[in-house]
Amino acid sequence: MESPEQIRDRLLVQFPGAEISVVTNPGIAAQHSLLLGAAHARAIAEFLRDDPTLRLDQCSNVTGIDWPEKEIVETTNISTPDPANPAGPPTVVEQKTKRLQPGFLEVVYHLYSITHRHGPVIFRLRTGNRTDQATVPSLTPVWCSCEFQEREVFDLFGVTFVGHPDLRRILMWDEFKDHPMRRDYVEPDDYEWEPTPHGAVLEKTKAHYPTPPTPAAVAPVKGAAP
Amino acid sequence: MFKRDPEDGTLSQDVTPPPPSVTETERDELRRQGILLTTLQELYTWGNSHSVWPLNFGLACCAIEMIAASMAKFDIARFGSEVFRPSPRQADLLIVSGTVTKKMAPQVIRLWNQMPEPKYCIAMGACAISGGPFKQGYNVLKGIDRFIPVDIYIPGCPPRPEALLHGLVQLQKKIQGFKLTGPDAPRHFRDDQPCNCPVPEFGEHDLEPPANPAVWTAPPAIVRKD
Amino acid sequence: MSVPDFSALNAERATPGARVREVHDSFHGDLLEVSMGPHHPSTHGVFRMIVTLDGETIVKLKPVFGYLHRNHEKLGETVTYLGSMPYTDRLDYLSSMTNNWAYALAVEKLAGQAVPERAEYVRVILAELTRLLNHTCLVGFLMQDCGCSGTPLMYAFREREYILDLFESLSGSRMMCNYQRFGGCRVDPSADWLAGAQKLTDRYGTFLDEFETLLTGNEIIMARTQGVGKLSPELAINAGVTGPMLRATGVNYDLRKVDAYGVYPRFDFRVPLGDHGDVYDRYMIRVLEMRESIKILQQALAGLPAGPIMDPKAKLRSFRPKAGEAYGRIEGPKGEIGFYLLSDGSPNPYRYRIRPPSFINLTVLEDMCLGHTVADAVIILGSVDIVLGEVDR
Repeated sequence: MESPEQIRDRLLVQFPGAEISVVTNPGIAAQHSLLLGAAHARAIAEFLRDDPTLRLDQCSNVTGIDWPEKEIVETTNISTPDPANPAGPPTVVEQKTKRLQPGFLEVVYHLYSITHRHGPVIFRLRTGNRTDQATVPSLTPVWCSCEFQEREVFDLFGVTFVGHPDLRRILMWDEFKDHPMRRDYVEPDDYEWEPTPHGAVLEKTKAHYPTPPTPAAVAPVKGAAP
Repeated sequence: MFKRDPEDGTLSQDVTPPPPSVTETERDELRRQGILLTTLQELYTWGNSHSVWPLNFGLACCAIEMIAASMAKFDIARFGSEVFRPSPRQADLLIVSGTVTKKMAPQVIRLWNQMPEPKYCIAMGACAISGGPFKQGYNVLKGIDRFIPVDIYIPGCPPRPEALLHGLVQLQKKIQGFKLTGPDAPRHFRDDQPCNCPVPEFGEHDLEPPANPAVWTAPPAIVRKD
Repeated sequence: MSVPDFSALNAERATPGARVREVHDSFHGDLLEVSMGPHHPSTHGVFRMIVTLDGETIVKLKPVFGYLHRNHEKLGETVTYLGSMPYTDRLDYLSSMTNNWAYALAVEKLAGQAVPERAEYVRVILAELTRLLNHTCLVGFLMQDCGCSGTPLMYAFREREYILDLFESLSGSRMMCNYQRFGGCRVDPSADWLAGAQKLTDRYGTFLDEFETLLTGNEIIMARTQGVGKLSPELAINAGVTGPMLRATGVNYDLRKVDAYGVYPRFDFRVPLGDHGDVYDRYMIRVLEMRESIKILQQALAGLPAGPIMDPKAKLRSFRPKAGEAYGRIEGPKGEIGFYLLSDGSPNPYRYRIRPPSFINLTVLEDMCLGHTVADAVIILGSVDIVLGEVDR
């Protein structure tokens, strides 16, 4: 099968001006992916599906990923020569600059070819931000296997798929307002005591019991024989 | 609390008050002569406890074990409960067999309300008791006892079919201990206690209300000694 | 094979009413909307579908999900890689061993972990036992839906108990085995266990003969299932349908052959294919797959090599794979079960996504049910082989 770079080059010939770049996967699996711009995504998807050498006729998996905005602290060393001793070691002043990397939502598609038995070809679509521009084009008209999976990404991540035939919540109820798979989702506080909390539960325990309760005899179970 | 006569297999109850006007030995002697002395209460609860018809209602993993309990190897028919009724109107026992999600909870409570009295509820498995391994999930109800009264809790993930049978026998013992009249009589013999539970609404973030205060209070903080 | 016109296929799918084949004129009437589920005895759990009927004929069917949405993916981000292993058991709770394997495979891809040969063989043995278990139960449930109340399901669960006894003696739990690890398996099967598995494998063919005598040529079952719920191969491919559902339409695509994961290339087995894509074909594919599974089991049990069951270099505690992502998939009994993992170098995955086969197979439920009656919709749903733990996650 062609490498993502070869596919990108072929796509750029086919769709001049399209935004296509290769996202390298630093992990051992080395499943690199293509990052597509929203403008040509639908046309490129149809091309990938019908191209005789690729024939990626099965869209296996659609995944949402949330990348919240994060503060990146960059440290730069500014060295100024010592005015008293120009030949000596310069004084180094550390300067920290804070940069806010904007957040976005990402949808990842895994494609396979049943005809040629190869794959996966992975491509990603990114939204403009996480609030008012959280839209990507829907690929349900290209592969109908995306129908429920895109609805799921819409439900849990809040990505709006433009052109989806039936975009409703799928797993949560219709009245639900939040997008629970986002990293900053705050779940309703129905904390219940657990004897051995750890991890995230321990944080909740500390919030509910600022002073830890003292060890007491375990209360008899209701209804048990005395 | 109950003992079975080794000779003819009848159940007898060793309730101390009120002092019986006919002693056990006299009753046994009469029975040998072909005269059965019993109380209406004993007869009623005996019949009631041996024909508990469960609702044919599976939620998750535990439902498979519930089906297994009704199949050849475990054979729930030995205990008079093989008649799984598809309609709540014909059922006595709600086996909450699996995780109750917040989306499912109103339906479970509606089923409970549709069942005629006398009705019993078994919380089967860790999820139905407390949320189990999924307790920290945003869509998981932390125990069905937040909304409906539970008679028997069966721990396990999932409980073995034998554990379900044990729970059923425990429920039968509980039914056999019921009084028909007086202040100790169960819910369905009294006018002052409601049989139905309010059904929560789907809210924007959670169920509203998140628990039924009439049947549930937050558990006390139990700290293990070790 | 020429390129099918997928665009026209999808355009037709999006046109309401275009897909209903025929409506009996005598039953023509007002449209009636029926909500089946989430508590319905034939929906295999808490599945719900809103069916619009014209007379008796289904003209629209909308599945409603989420009644068993247990937040696997969110919980997977809060626990360590190994901590997700018990959760995978509870996805498709009829086939926990293959879920374990799919997850272990994805993590092994992510971390570049090797697996000893003996463990690969044991995985194949367990996966094929799981396939036997799952398909047997499915046929039992499907026949229950057809109206054979009791007997086939009773037989299926009798056999299920024998397989679960094996699982229990190996892993300690009947259903939730939690057996596979990254880089091998948790415990080494003893010689007694292998003898038990061999005995079961030798006997299972006889059970299948008995089962088939009861069902395969049965006139009522043939009348009830043949020509019902037809699925075309083009739509099946486009809708991401995998597993026995896809092969029942005649598409030769089995990940055991295509991806050749594990030690499957060493075994001699065939991929059964259907012809019509109807409910009867889906039933037959499962029965034939069970026969192939017995062949694989015989070969794997005969060729099981000695050696370690775990890679000695495998790390279980403080396991932190390098940043990156990986998608691993295997052929589960229901179809392609895959895990997509995104690591940021921390002990927990940044993103933990499950590719649920039965959820995606349900995409074509409406297409299969249109033009049929409600009683047919029940068996069509039964033939899809859904488990709600996996559909809703």
